[in-house]
Amino acid sequence: MKAFTYERAETITRAAAAAVKPGTKFIAGGTNLLDLMKLQVETPSQLVDINRLPLDKIEDTSDGGLRIGATVRNSDLAADPRVRRRYGVLSRALLSGASAQLRNKATTGGNLLQRTRCYYFYDVTKPCNKREPGSGCAALGGFNRIHAVLGTSELCIATHPSDMAVAMRALDANVETLDAEGKARSIPIADFHRFPARTPQIETMLKPGEIVTAVTLPPPPPGTQIYRKVRDRASYAFALVSVAAIVDAAGGRIRSARLAFGGLASKPWRVAQAEERLAGASADAEAFDGAANAVLDGARGYGHNDFKVPLARRTLRAVLTEATRA
Amino acid sequence: MDNDDRRVRVTRRTVLESGTATAALMLTGFPEVALSAEPLSDKAVAPVAVDLQINGQSHTLHLDPRTTLLDALREHLALTGSKKGCDHGQCGACTVLLDGRRINSCLTLAVMHDGQSITTIEGLADGATLHPLQAAFIAHDGCQCGYCTSGQICSAAGMLGESRAGMPSYVTADLAEARPELTDAEIRERMSGNICRCAAYPNIVAAIREAAGTPT
Ligand SMILES: Cc1cc2nc3c(=O)[nH]c(=O)nc-3n(C[C@H](O)[C@H](O)[C@H](O)COP(=O)(O)OP(=O)(O)OC[C@H]3O[C@@H](n4cnc5c(N)ncnc54)[C@H](O)[C@@H]3O)c2cc1C
Ligand code: SF4
Ligand code: FES
Ligand code: FES
Repeated sequence: MKAFTYERAETITRAAAAAVKPGTKFIAGGTNLLDLMKLQVETPSQLVDINRLPLDKIEDTSDGGLRIGATVRNSDLAADPRVRRRYGVLSRALLSGASAQLRNKATTGGNLLQRTRCYYFYDVTKPCNKREPGSGCAALGGFNRIHAVLGTSELCIATHPSDMAVAMRALDANVETLDAEGKARSIPIADFHRFPARTPQIETMLKPGEIVTAVTLPPPPPGTQIYRKVRDRASYAFALVSVAAIVDAAGGRIRSARLAFGGLASKPWRVAQAEERLAGASADAEAFDGAANAVLDGARGYGHNDFKVPLARRTLRAVLTEATRA
Repeated sequence: MDNDDRRVRVTRRTVLESGTATAALMLTGFPEVALSAEPLSDKAVAPVAVDLQINGQSHTLHLDPRTTLLDALREHLALTGSKKGCDHGQCGACTVLLDGRRINSCLTLAVMHDGQSITTIEGLADGATLHPLQAAFIAHDGCQCGYCTSGQICSAAGMLGESRAGMPSYVTADLAEARPELTDAEIRERMSGNICRCAAYPNIVAAIREAAGTPT
């Protein structure tokens, strides 16, 4: 780990102001940042500890939704009675991630901003455009079993590893922030993470110093909520493919459906056309396949990860079958 | 620095930068001396004072901010019960309780916990009376080589607290249920953050099942 100075932020405004200094990183749970600092993938010269800021509450909003503070621990969010009852897809997605020990530290903000698990990103001896812009992408011609099949560029094919963000995408969450000048804004989660395009090193819409203060959830839409995660072992493993679904169906007919996917792209993947096709359709294999076609339109494998395309299709079929079972 | 050089000269800087603390300990058998034998490099930062309540006792340490909680325990306080398996949150051998909740001590900095309480495996027993989990691990032969055991026991202690508080797990069928029953499937899922290379899992689950029925 490279040397850094450590500061504990006393106020949110102070944290954002301190973080404009180049080389500064916020530290929340530390479960991703310290992992990367030990390998010198991340080498901040200053850490601003945000753990004692008053951002650890989950509050009801006036419109019937929830406001989740940025330092709420993943375990507390998953166990919150309101989340368990009304946002089951989020609770289940959180509980599918990492381990209980890690969830006790991991925060809402840190989870959203965790970085890819691409092996070459972690290995500082390998070329990686995300870690070192312009150096190349070792994954393109290397082992790319865990990599993306949608929204990639010729510079980077990494996925975003978060389960929580996939559920939040299905729930149309908003990310609330405060910038270094003290200005607040709200970013729809659909826009929060970016595609790699020409700049894979820029992963979100956040500006330097901008701090995530909360994530807000609108009232839950009607329907059955499911989070299904497919991985190499039954627990304590990242998703190869995951599906967050909220499906309102009755009598063999689908009224509405929301579908977000993890493990496929640099951000949670959601396709409006797939959902439009399902709305009003009868709950059968043909409709499920039509939705899968829309979701996977333009998907391409890079060799080792070719299996993700049929896996995503089958996982979606399984989820829709379960959600529409009478 | 080439490999040979590294083998004979482990400085505080190499330890903190590359995480070779275990190597230092194996080489010298006495970490504190080895670590302070060389002056801090100009790139290092001044030590920071950190107050930690560990197993009910307060300690003030002066630490390089890079020091993880695990290294503070092992290298600065000689509390070597917490183990370093992977140093990356992937095994659970370093599990301790922070204000009663289980965490991986390898993925957090000691400075972040100024003023907080930590319980390690050394602090679980009540004098000569073993913690029910410790007794159950012995009764059920819940360890083979023993390397993962302190992490397993601290993790199980945290897990039983979570279960009693009604927290759900990924395998809980009905998330709305206020207090999911602690079945074997629940124990396995809730303990998945602790890897046992010897695969003593059946006996670990049996030990935890027994201790779950014992009030603490
Ligand atoms: C072994 C292992 C297995 C895992 N498995 C999974 C899994 O299956 N699924 C999954 O989803 N995740 C998994 N994770 C990742 C885990 O969920 C993340 O490490 C965690 O959520 C990060 O949160 P944190 O608070 O610890 O972030 P930190 O490590 O503190 O921070 C991460 C990043 O976010 C930035 N940041 C933090 N808070 C803010 C804020 N409020 N505003 C702006 N920037 C901020 C930091 O500067 C840093 O760049 C795993 C991790 C490990 C180590
Ligand atoms: S896929 Fe992206 S993160 Fe992985 S090596 Fe290529 S550029 Fe780096
Ligand atoms: S040493 Fe901390 S999880 Fe392995
Ligand atoms: S007993 Fe050997 S690793 Fe668990």
